[in-house]
Amino acid sequence: MLITCPYCGPRDVSEFAYQGDGNRKRPDPASTDPETWNAYVYDRLNPAGAHNEIWQHAGGCRAHLAVVRDTLTHEVSSVRFAREHGAPTHGRRKSGAKA
Amino acid sequence: MVEQLSPLEPVFRAGSHGNFVDGIGVTLSEIAPGSIVQLAAWPGQEKKLMATINSVTALKLADGAGAGASSDRYAAFGFAPAKFLVTDTSEGLAATFAKEVPSAIGTVTDLSHGRTALRITGAKAEWVLAKLFAIDFSSAAFPLGSGISTTHHDIFTQIQRSGPASFDLYVFRSFARSFWKMLCHAADEVGYEVR
Repeated sequence: MLITCPYCGPRDVSEFAYQGDGNRKRPDPASTDPETWNAYVYDRLNPAGAHNEIWQHAGGCRAHLAVVRDTLTHEVSSVRFAREHGAPTHGRRKSGAKA
Repeated sequence: MVEQLSPLEPVFRAGSHGNFVDGIGVTLSEIAPGSIVQLAAWPGQEKKLMATINSVTALKLADGAGAGASSDRYAAFGFAPAKFLVTDTSEGLAATFAKEVPSAIGTVTDLSHGRTALRITGAKAEWVLAKLFAIDFSSAAFPLGSGISTTHHDIFTQIQRSGPASFDLYVFRSFARSFWKMLCHAADEVGYEVR
């Protein structure tokens, strides 16, 4: 499986570390509702299909990435920097081009 | 300055090795720059940091991922968003950047004693490196001066193309000896010279 890092280009999945489900939204830290925190910690959609995930390019530029991966085919349809919330999918480096 | 000792010393054997009967495929060497410095810019400060690198080193860093350049004295390349590795054949580069890079722009980390710099040169350099890294080392994908971050079996490695058939590799000093031995094994097939 290849993940195309927006900075480094296409790299083998062995360079990346899975950081978890990208759909989670951290509850208000002031919240003391156990159900809310239980859902945040344990509840997962586990879809058969496109899945929002957070990966870190630990063996490369070390950027955290927001990845959309198909859990059935492992096809990666979108990769962007995780810090770019809401930014359109794009790549600074196209495959085979360094600058 | 503290005298730098090479971690390769016990295994560094100058001369020709491996299958060199039909010629030397690659030359392996330790380049031991006096300074290895990592620079990181805060969000939005990347251009200012690049301008500082250019003014200190007289290099012309292009914009874009992994872009780099080198001269007889300096080498620099981007290895991550807003992060750069800069080397100098002389010591003291970190102190220079510490004066030139205000804390509002970014950070300066002296890695001179933390990294070992190796050079692989020769017609088979791309071939040998391709055994170790899942990276396209062709000049079209990896042009002169540019750099990357990658790993070989969890040994983090930063690589810069320093010539048409030459690459500089920066590895953690504590892993350098085992990495060097592995590099020698990989070069066995094509024949290599250590100098």
